[in-house]
This record gives sequence, C-alpha cells and structure tokens, in this order.
Amino acid sequence: MIDVKRRVFLKGSAAAGAVVAAAGAGLIAPQAVLAEWNEAAFRSKTVADAIKAQTGTDATEESADIKIKAPEIAENGAVVPVSVSSSIAGVTAISILAASNPSPMVASFALGESTVADVSTRIKMGKTGDVIALVQAGDKVYTAKKEVKVTIGGCGG
Amino acid sequence: MAKAKSSIKLRAKEKNGVTTVKALMSHPMETGQRKNKKTGENIPEHFIQEVVGEYNGKVVITTSWSGGVSKDPYLSFSFKGGANGEMVKVSWTDNKGGSDSNEVKIKGKK
Repeated sequence: MIDVKRRVFLKGSAAAGAVVAAAGAGLIAPQAVLAEWNEAAFRSKTVADAIKAQTGTDATEESADIKIKAPEIAENGAVVPVSVSSSIAGVTAISILAASNPSPMVASFALGESTVADVSTRIKMGKTGDVIALVQAGDKVYTAKKEVKVTIGGCGG
Repeated sequence: MAKAKSSIKLRAKEKNGVTTVKALMSHPMETGQRKNKKTGENIPEHFIQEVVGEYNGKVVITTSWSGGVSKDPYLSFSFKGGANGEMVKVSWTDNKGGSDSNEVKIKGKK
C-alpha cells in the first residue's frame, strides 16, 4: 500500500517537474542589445536602409575587387555558404546582405589591422535573390553582388 | 551548468604567415519569424549577435550577426601573423545574454 502511494507520488512529481521545465523554456528573456550591434542596420527592411544604417552613407561604388563566393543554385536556402574577399587596401568592415530576405542585413564583420579581408559564413535565404557584399575601406563604401537561386526557402516554418 | 564541452568547435592553422581560423558554433539561430505550428505564435528570436575573435589578447575581428545566419553558424576569418602554439580565442554572445568561448592553439610550422 505504502509502495503504491510512493509510485503515484513519484509519477506526479515527475510530471509536475516537466511542466515547470517547459514553462521555463518558454519564458522570453528581455533583449539585451549590445552597443556594438547595429540594431538599425539589422532591423532595416530594405537594402538601401540597411546600407545607410551600416555605413552612414548611401554613396556606394560597385567594385570588381570584391569576390563573392556563393553557389549559383542553393538547394537548401537554410544553409547557403558565402565567402567575401577583397583586394581593396585598408578594409575595415565587410557586410553580407541577402536582398530578398525580410531583413536584408545578415552579417557584418569589423576587421582589425592585421585581419585579412576574407570572411566566410553560412546564411539563410528566403528566396532567390542577390547576395550583396559591402566593403568599407577608408571613407569609401564598395559593393558587389551575386545572384543565388534558391530552390527551397530557408526562412519558413 | 557543467561545461564539459564548448559549443564552439575551433581550428586555427598558420600557413605562409597567415593564420586561418575556422569556428563552428552550436546555436539554434531563431529569426523570430518562424511560427510554432501548434500555437500559431512566432518562436521568439534567439540568435548569436556578436562573435569576437582574439589573437594574443588582441581583437582581430568583431562579427555582428542577425537571425539570417544559418543554424549552428560557421565563421572563418584569417589574420597576418600567428605561430605554432600561440592561442586564438573565439567567443559569442546571443540576444538573450547567453555566451560561450573557446581557445585553441595555432597549428603551424614548428
């Protein structure tokens, strides 16, 4: 008799524990925004706004000295490998934008003096569109783009 | 939480005076735009916002990311300098205040 009660008690407490854990996981923590993180650029809904927020200017120059390495056709939009490199001297920052994403600004890299202007990451793309590389050197802003065709979007549920 | 294993897989290799660092982080990278199919509510944003790469205690790269970076994000960068046995450190911070870091020795010519 005692044993049975004990079983019931254990079952009950285990279930309660699971509920508490689930509630804890669902809690939304307050957003801690870092000063270095360019909120305006990342929240921008258009490429033009994002470039302006990132660089402080909309005067950009297309450059052949920026290389974007990305697949022409991405089968899986959730994982699109992108590399950006540049032979422009004195690069201080590189940004990657996906033109057709709801928030085009995807990633931004601030480079130190000895850092080589060559970064790689993997991005999500909702649909076919241009991948835009933004390179800041001195007070100039250079851009390049490459179209990536996406067969399965990476921003859906 | 016991930290037996870092969330960052890290490798650094020196060749011809340039060290290339490759980091693979384990993180859900939620955009805040995906819907929970059961409740119909958006899954809250949860993504790495900042990744800092350091060499000999000096920051060589500060990366800012949005939720548009793929789940379990990958980052590669390189810098001039670095020698066999020297340390490279990579650390990340997400939008919920979570963070992790890892260090690795540069592999290069002895």
